Amino acid sequence: MTDTVERLKERFGELEPSEFRGQTRIAVPRDLVFEVLSTLHADFGFDMLVDITCVDYLNFRDATDRFGMVYALAGTESGERLIVRTFLNEPDLHVPSVVPLWEGANWLEREVFDMFGIEFDGHPDLRRILMPEEFTAFPLRKDYPLQGRGERHNFPTITRGSA
Amino acid sequence: MAIDVPENVVVSRLDELASWCRKNSLWPMPFATACCGIELMATGASKHDLARFGAEVMRFSPRQCDLMIVAGRVVMKMLPVLQRIWQQMHEPKWCISMGACASTGGVFDTYCVVQGIDRFIPVDMYVPGCPPRPEQLIQAIIDLQDKIQHEGTLDGAEFDTARRQQTKRALIELPIIGQSPQFTR
Ligand code: SF4
Repeated sequence: MTDTVERLKERFGELEPSEFRGQTRIAVPRDLVFEVLSTLHADFGFDMLVDITCVDYLNFRDATDRFGMVYALAGTESGERLIVRTFLNEPDLHVPSVVPLWEGANWLEREVFDMFGIEFDGHPDLRRILMPEEFTAFPLRKDYPLQGRGERHNFPTITRGSA
Repeated sequence: MAIDVPENVVVSRLDELASWCRKNSLWPMPFATACCGIELMATGASKHDLARFGAEVMRFSPRQCDLMIVAGRVVMKMLPVLQRIWQQMHEPKWCISMGACASTGGVFDTYCVVQGIDRFIPVDMYVPGCPPRPEQLIQAIIDLQDKIQHEGTLDGAEFDTARRQQTKRALIELPIIGQSPQFTR
């Protein structure tokens, strides 16, 4: 386990670190996630937010939680990379926004909101970013049918006579 | 009673004259949303040279166009835009659905991709292929010119036939997943 994880553990207690194909990951409880991320940002030199995404673990083998938020961080000085994860369950799909830490989180969080319906508390402008405004479902959730619920067909038909 | 016409006068029907003018000066509206658009550009470029068929003046304002070429997949967020542009084009106007995606949705049978633009706007020509070669698109334009010459009328009466719409309506009223009772789970 890397130095960073050791130091983080000293500060925050049990963080469930794990290693997969050379990537270091830590799982953080939701209440701690903003604190951990701001510490990583301020004191550990993780100045770059590579990605924010989410995984729906519905019907996944051995999964206990529904959604896993994933923050991929990198330090441009040290070249170090770290994945921070936190797990969410319905109906409480709230997580603090990290826009105050990394400005680039703005659209990434909007995308996660659009696709999974996770609410980011404190986000400056939490609107759908890819789907149309009037869309109601969250299409990357596993219980959403691949072909949709007929939304793609709900448009008026223009015929030769009408236009 | 023969009328004496001078040598340089040609007699024709007005419909045919109008159609002849229209078919040889098609101004395409390139609605290129995806990879087919690249092939559309190749069609207009010098190697294939759409100018030989009088259709090289791609205009990005629908007010100046009379041939819409939908090249690429259309997603549900884009469809209102497509319909709006179609409505902004002046009569007479025609539409070519270029490629598998525009015609049927192609491989993108997902929640956001419209399964064939002909459900929502009228289409005159379908070009198969993924992407179609420029020759295919040129063939479609030639065929369309043929169609304009043979069906075209001065006042656009050919657009107004309820009979022509009926065959299309059978397509539109296919059962829709998630909406028709036999498909809901
Ligand atoms: S038909 Fe093929 S080339 Fe054309 S838009 Fe679809 S995927 Fe792209």
